[in-house]
Amino acid sequence: MSAPLLSVSGLTRRFGGLVAVDGVTLEIHPGEIVGLLGPNGSGKTTVLNLISGALKSDAGSVSLRGRALEKLPAFKIAREGVARTFQLVRVLGSMTCKENVVAGLAFGAKSRWGAEADAAAENLLTRVGLGTRANVMTSELTYIDQKRLELARALAMQPELLLLDEWLAGLNPTELRDGIELVRSLRAEGRTILMVEHVMDAIRSLCDRCYVMNAGKKIAEGTPKDVLAHPEVIRAYLGDADA
Amino acid sequence: MSARNIAVAAALAALVISLAFVPSVANGYQLSLAINIMNYTVLATAWTLFSGPTRYVSLATVAFFGIGAYTVAVLGEVLAWPLVLLVAFAIGFVLSLIVGLSTLRLSGVYFVIFTFGLAELVRQFVTWYEVNVTRTLGRYVFVDITTEQIYWQLLALAVVVFASGYLIQRSKLGLALRVIGDDEAVARHVGINTTHAKVVLFAFSASFMTLAGAVMAPRWTYIDPAIAFNPVVSFQVLIMALLGGVHRLYGPVFGVIPLVMLFEVLLAKFPNHFSIMVGIAFLLIVYAIPRGIVGLIEGAQLSLSRMKGA
Amino acid sequence: MFTEPLLSGITLGGIYALIAMGLTLQYGVARIMNLSYGESLVAAAFAALWLFTSVSVNPLIGLFVIVPLAGIINWLIYRILLVPLVKRAPSRDALEVDSILATFGLLFVAQGVMLAIFGGNYFSYDFLSIPVKIFGATISASRLLALGFAVVIGLALYLGLTRTRAGTAIRAVAVDPVSAQLVAIDVRATAAFAYALGGALVAAGGVLVSMFLTFNANLGVVFTMKALIVVIMGGVGNLLGCLVAGLILGLTETFVATYVDPGLTLAATYIIFILVLLLRPQGLFGTRRS
Repeated sequence: MSAPLLSVSGLTRRFGGLVAVDGVTLEIHPGEIVGLLGPNGSGKTTVLNLISGALKSDAGSVSLRGRALEKLPAFKIAREGVARTFQLVRVLGSMTCKENVVAGLAFGAKSRWGAEADAAAENLLTRVGLGTRANVMTSELTYIDQKRLELARALAMQPELLLLDEWLAGLNPTELRDGIELVRSLRAEGRTILMVEHVMDAIRSLCDRCYVMNAGKKIAEGTPKDVLAHPEVIRAYLGDADA
Repeated sequence: MSARNIAVAAALAALVISLAFVPSVANGYQLSLAINIMNYTVLATAWTLFSGPTRYVSLATVAFFGIGAYTVAVLGEVLAWPLVLLVAFAIGFVLSLIVGLSTLRLSGVYFVIFTFGLAELVRQFVTWYEVNVTRTLGRYVFVDITTEQIYWQLLALAVVVFASGYLIQRSKLGLALRVIGDDEAVARHVGINTTHAKVVLFAFSASFMTLAGAVMAPRWTYIDPAIAFNPVVSFQVLIMALLGGVHRLYGPVFGVIPLVMLFEVLLAKFPNHFSIMVGIAFLLIVYAIPRGIVGLIEGAQLSLSRMKGA
Repeated sequence: MFTEPLLSGITLGGIYALIAMGLTLQYGVARIMNLSYGESLVAAAFAALWLFTSVSVNPLIGLFVIVPLAGIINWLIYRILLVPLVKRAPSRDALEVDSILATFGLLFVAQGVMLAIFGGNYFSYDFLSIPVKIFGATISASRLLALGFAVVIGLALYLGLTRTRAGTAIRAVAVDPVSAQLVAIDVRATAAFAYALGGALVAAGGVLVSMFLTFNANLGVVFTMKALIVVIMGGVGNLLGCLVAGLILGLTETFVATYVDPGLTLAATYIIFILVLLLRPQGLFGTRRS
């Protein structure tokens, strides 16, 4: 097997007395789509925040192609090639869709600016299905379109690793189908993705492998089918049979 | 460049040239009013340069302005005038870097608090220095600069401030600041070094204020710390910028012109109640027109175009 | 020689702690960054001066008039001036910016009114300035009395916040206004109460300060600044932090004034502030946040 793109080892983060992430270890190989699952409050989003540098870890290491990330500030991690979306969608409210994407294009390691960035932004908007809305203010977008825009902004950074935090949550069935298609098309481009997700259909149809967390610890890993049948995973989601 | 852009550029050039002829037509009082307007245009626009996109309210305008004035009072007779201005710019730049680096890594409120007390700190420090080291509190400003020259220098400075503002807005730095103003977390995750961007812009904004103070210094023949670091100046700049509108570079001008006139009248009629009047005017603006005059005009235009579209 | 500045540092620090507690209530609970805070202090000091010199009311009795009055005035300011901003603000950050602007305007109005009435001169009055000897150091009785009152008021506040229902509601709103609403706490009324309480505390601080310091109409900004620094140093919303940070600030100022130069106390305050910002921006007792 190829060398891992991302290796996380012994990652730990405490909030006061609570250990939100407790010694989590995981690996992602180039071209994989990996799911990060677990009940609410199990520490999934915190793991994404630690990888992307939104939070600092108390212990453990994160490395991308062997380069250590855990001590870097968020903007440097972004320039190293890690892009993300947010659990609660975050678009830039005072700007047009195109400007939002240009914000993703301009500051990465492969920075693009000017006419080149404008053209690239329009391509990316078309790519996520917002081709006709380049000059619309983001405040006028529907929820799914805001999510599309957030994805386009993340893709604009040409990331080596894309972190999706419940990107498919809150969509209606039609939108969900479109959303899954969109993520699947990213696989075809060879993107590497770590996604926190609750939507089981999406996990089954998209993920090569999954990690499952509960109470800050990793409790299972494997193919979606295997982990969802894992007794400890069932217990984490549904509680003990005799409880 | 489109035909419209060329027309705008030509109109602006014509405006600057005609403004340059103000001293030859204005009488003494009018020229002094024009100098006031020009000075506050520089200060309020420089303020907006940083505080507009980032939404970090700086309350330290007069700290930098006063440092500029003091630089002239100390070095005016020692160095050639351009060198004095250069030194003033450099001092403003270094001080703003110190302020920026210690506060702009953190959330905006620390910056506000720091700038809130900065003018008072600098004032007390200068007072301490003058009392203990030079043993005289006030200084006379002896430089060979005419009123007309002050006006022209301020005009030139205003052109520089607007031009830098325009260039910054079109640059990556300008976009970075708008992203920061909208959502700082997103800014970091798209690879923006947020501290760096904020500090650089703050340093430019503050250095322009320092220069304005230096240019204005010869207007006074005598300065002391209470004159140079009068907190009402910071306050007035803030009001003017907010009244005009801070989300456009040209916004503050719409606040500067009416308010300089208003303050002129208030200061003449109610010299002892001036700061009360200014405070009330300010509160009215904060409550009634939070987006400023430019915001009002744009809002009206938007609803007009919607009515037409419907 | 050494005990004298130590004692006056402790009295000054105790007063600073009291003043900062009021600000931490206003900022931590009502989420109003009040830049006109020091003006309330100076106004209370002038009120005490006026009561003492014109109607010969002892400032300790004046305390019982001025403090409730300040509470009512601050409650009205919150209800009339600040509630519209709270309603209009889309987010906590937006409210912070709006409240900074509004209270900055208020600062100039309040300062202007006091300047118009009292002018820019320094004032003081002679109340119990009898020298008292403790631990071989001489200190004025008024200063000790001020410290005593600050301790009593601070302690009462601490007990009130930790042991009563209303106090628990205030702390709940400080931690999480949205969840507080879910357990049937009237957040806006609680915020108004906390704001008024903060105003009452700073007025108490103003009366106590007027007993042993000279003051003028321009001094508000300096007190606001010191209170802000103490709040940040102690960690927003932390009363014990206020106490420790207040003492640190009071002692530093007194020692700098005694051994270095009285003209450099504000500079010393600022150096402490910069150190806090560089080393522990979350405050001495604050917990690290994301």
